[in-house]
Amino acid sequence: MTPWWEATREGRLLLQRCEGCGHLQHYPRALCTGCGGTDLGWQESAGRGAVDSFTVVHRSPSPEHAPPYVVARVRLDEGPILLTNLVGDADWHCDQRVRLAWRTLDDGRRLPVFEQE
Amino acid sequence: MSVAVVGAAESELGVTGKTIMELQTQAITGALADAGLSLADVDGLATAGVSRFSATQVADYLGIRPAWTDSTFAGGSAFEMYVARAAQAIEAGQCTTVLISYGSNQRSARSRSLAGVLEPHTPETEFESPYGPLYPISYYAMAAQRYLHAHGAKREDLAEVAVAAREWALLNPRAYRYEAGPLTVDDVLASPMVSSPLTVADCCLVTDGGGAIILTSLERARDLRRPPVVVLGYGEATTNTGMASAGDLLEPGSIMSGRRAYAMAGLGPQDVDVAQLYDSFTITVLLTLEGLGFCGPGEAGDFVRRRALPYNTNGGGLSYCHPGMYGLLLLVEAVRQLRGECGPRQVDGAQVALAHGTGGILSTHATVLLGVDR
Ligand SMILES: [Zn+2]
Repeated sequence: MTPWWEATREGRLLLQRCEGCGHLQHYPRALCTGCGGTDLGWQESAGRGAVDSFTVVHRSPSPEHAPPYVVARVRLDEGPILLTNLVGDADWHCDQRVRLAWRTLDDGRRLPVFEQE
Repeated sequence: MSVAVVGAAESELGVTGKTIMELQTQAITGALADAGLSLADVDGLATAGVSRFSATQVADYLGIRPAWTDSTFAGGSAFEMYVARAAQAIEAGQCTTVLISYGSNQRSARSRSLAGVLEPHTPETEFESPYGPLYPISYYAMAAQRYLHAHGAKREDLAEVAVAAREWALLNPRAYRYEAGPLTVDDVLASPMVSSPLTVADCCLVTDGGGAIILTSLERARDLRRPPVVVLGYGEATTNTGMASAGDLLEPGSIMSGRRAYAMAGLGPQDVDVAQLYDSFTITVLLTLEGLGFCGPGEAGDFVRRRALPYNTNGGGLSYCHPGMYGLLLLVEAVRQLRGECGPRQVDGAQVALAHGTGGILSTHATVLLGVDR
């Protein structure tokens, strides 16, 4: 279990931060894509951002996903982009402001999703 | 550049009931016959999508022991990359005659999945698949949504790409939609939504199919039975596997792969007479037309509506054939256009053709410029 997933149990969305150059990234890696450094730590995201783009999925790729649902790229205010779901009723559009919400998985981990701000 | 394409062929297309190897064999024997060469002449082989050892597998099946192979896996762009690698291998003297082949029975075998292929150890499986994106369409759908938003474009601009593809398919008896009749913008808009804003009609076909081309030195090509089609230049760009990795969905790798190919050939988009652009989805064409410099950002919808450039003259992946990876069939049509073999869909006097392969989720891009022998 990585620290990233462990933190989701407490409702904290972590971003990986390079101790060498300050670059923030998601998904977590063994090196910094900004400078190649390997001294990496964590920073908690404030959970605010904007919809870079989204798509309403009308066909299910697997039984655990019941369409329609919204898949989106959310650009966090800290910089990194996450693939995520948008939840709640909204007339979604690009650049819309969103905030962090959580969906609990069967094993107690939680999945960061976003709702209209 | 001193390498030329000397043979090209398709396999059976559509719903064939054939195996991958049978389709490969049809394409390979067709391309060899077209070139007036035999298997004994082939000392280089590039292919993908057969097995883990794709080139080795096909070499075994054909009973040849090539001096050079390539099975670089880069989705639909791999075959344009093979042209580059083959040209380099021939120029370096590693081999003399390269066969590039492909075959897929995905339609007959029902082997296509909406979720794509999930490999448990990849970051995408860990951090992206829990959200249920369809692969690859949801990524292209997000690119399309961003495109509509950024440029004030409309779904009609996407739909027009499918309409244009159908017009060409109606001129090509080999096209899956040859007898389907014309498509209208309203048909596309009314088609079932898959991953908004893309409908079924914004998506490429799911068919069987295959193809093969043969390359050798230009010097030798001039003694063979077909007019040589010269490799003028090539360029590549590899960008992302993740759906969240690209900073800007509207700046795909085609921008750089195109620039690199044009620079090598000493040509620009204004020199291209006919283009074969990977049309996995309608949005792919709009982004690729802009990426390759045929028009400016946000102008591709109007560019397509004006039919400003003959492209995807066989009907494309949208209306002709899309066998999982379509990249090789882009090259087959480019070659035929430059040889003037295309009958009712022939672009008169075509001297320079461009083939652009796109793999994955705008992940890999490869541009090849081909020309008639001057
Ligand atoms: Zn760094």
